[in-house]
Amino acid sequence: MERQVILNSRHFELTINRLCYQLIEIHNDFSNTVLIGLQPRGVNLVTRLKEQLESILEKEIVCGNLDITFYRDDFRRREMPLIPSATNIDFVIEGKNVVLVDDVLYTGRTIRSGLDALLAFGRPEKVELLTLIDRRFKRDLPIQADYVGKTVDTLKSERVSVEWEEIEGEDKVVLFTPEANG
Amino acid sequence: MDSLSVDHLIGIKDLTNNDIDLIFKTADAFKEVINRPIKKVPSLRDITIANLFFENSTRTRLSFELAEKRLSSDVVNFSAASSSVKKGETLIDTVNNILSMKVDMVVMRHPNPGAAKFLSERVDARVINAGDGTHEHPTQALLDAYSIRERLGTVKGKKVVIVGDILHSRVALSNIYCLQKLGAEVMVCGPTTLIPKYIHELGVKVEHNLVKALEWCDVANMLRIQLERQDIKYFPSLREYSMQYGLTKEILDNLDKKIVVMHPGPINRGVEITSDVADSEQAIILQQVENGVAVRMAVIYLLASKIKRQ
Repeated sequence: MERQVILNSRHFELTINRLCYQLIEIHNDFSNTVLIGLQPRGVNLVTRLKEQLESILEKEIVCGNLDITFYRDDFRRREMPLIPSATNIDFVIEGKNVVLVDDVLYTGRTIRSGLDALLAFGRPEKVELLTLIDRRFKRDLPIQADYVGKTVDTLKSERVSVEWEEIEGEDKVVLFTPEANG
Repeated sequence: MDSLSVDHLIGIKDLTNNDIDLIFKTADAFKEVINRPIKKVPSLRDITIANLFFENSTRTRLSFELAEKRLSSDVVNFSAASSSVKKGETLIDTVNNILSMKVDMVVMRHPNPGAAKFLSERVDARVINAGDGTHEHPTQALLDAYSIRERLGTVKGKKVVIVGDILHSRVALSNIYCLQKLGAEVMVCGPTTLIPKYIHELGVKVEHNLVKALEWCDVANMLRIQLERQDIKYFPSLREYSMQYGLTKEILDNLDKKIVVMHPGPINRGVEITSDVADSEQAIILQQVENGVAVRMAVIYLLASKIKRQ
């Protein structure tokens, strides 16, 4: 696998900053807005957005985590069972503006499951989608993000990985490309 | 991540530690699900489950049925009292007739030990044992251990005493296997007539004095006296049993530590446990029932994920 950094730590920070200001532009002081990260990797992004938003707005931003395992459409189509992560939504989403957050938007299937899972908690006023990386042209479902960190054009054989300082040691986004035969 | 090492849940004896861990972790997620406004997930929409109860049950059947419905599976119920079993049909015939209506999984309670294993070897469906005679009751043991883990943080290193009719109890046997696999020390306590002769070979301590047993333990699991299985008299009277082995508030308060009190239900209030103990803070009897649904959802979910889609 050939690896190429498509977002380094400096641009990573700038991008998160920009996403925060875009959110503030639409949601003002976040009085009726909550952020919900999709497990497992959207949660890191929510943590980062929350930190940044709180330091800009100087108020607490309501955030939660949502696990979509039981809503996936590939149950019993894999060798291994799908193992759930924790869901942690200890607030009411009825009537709220919800921003779903995930690290990479690819086929759109995760988001589809996320929308279904979200409705088990109530009827939000509005749902939007924020993603750090949008792998354009690779959608299986008619789903688009409202806030995008960076758009990339990739092949199906390639893989995009968002790495975090608190887990992998450095903030960056890496594109893995399989080496061509011969 | 791993999958279960078994295709059916017949007994705790067949499970690995990894299996039990996996079931507990999955149950954690389901416990959160059943506390949502909408307590249902769509995972098993295309799975049909038959609950076959050849023996009476309220709690276990309700718990399984709720677990199945909260996973969105279709459920058919069958109880022996109103069935063709009374007309002389064999177990295999009964089950195969039900399976030909496209059922993927069978939850069975049966008065004969080994019935679940027998069935699992002969029919084309996943089998979950919901109690087979005096043999095993695996989901009860799992939910008991899960409840201990929830209350005390871990099962490992804890001392658990099982009090009562060990001889006739499938709950006791499954609990012994499960707790030992998870690293707990197990003691059984009851009158000599209700303790199987070779039980110490399972590596459990035996004690005939209730107070001594309670002083030793962190958790006391008070079993029900199974009036339906006492064809011969194992003790002179219920009153005498209750005086010797009934857990009262007085005994509990005189211990120098706060032990956790469990009961698999249904409770004979005033026999093995008095009302004030059953309703006290130290009792986690109702938590056991709640956890029962989450643990059964986890077992069904994990077994169903091994059924390949056609």
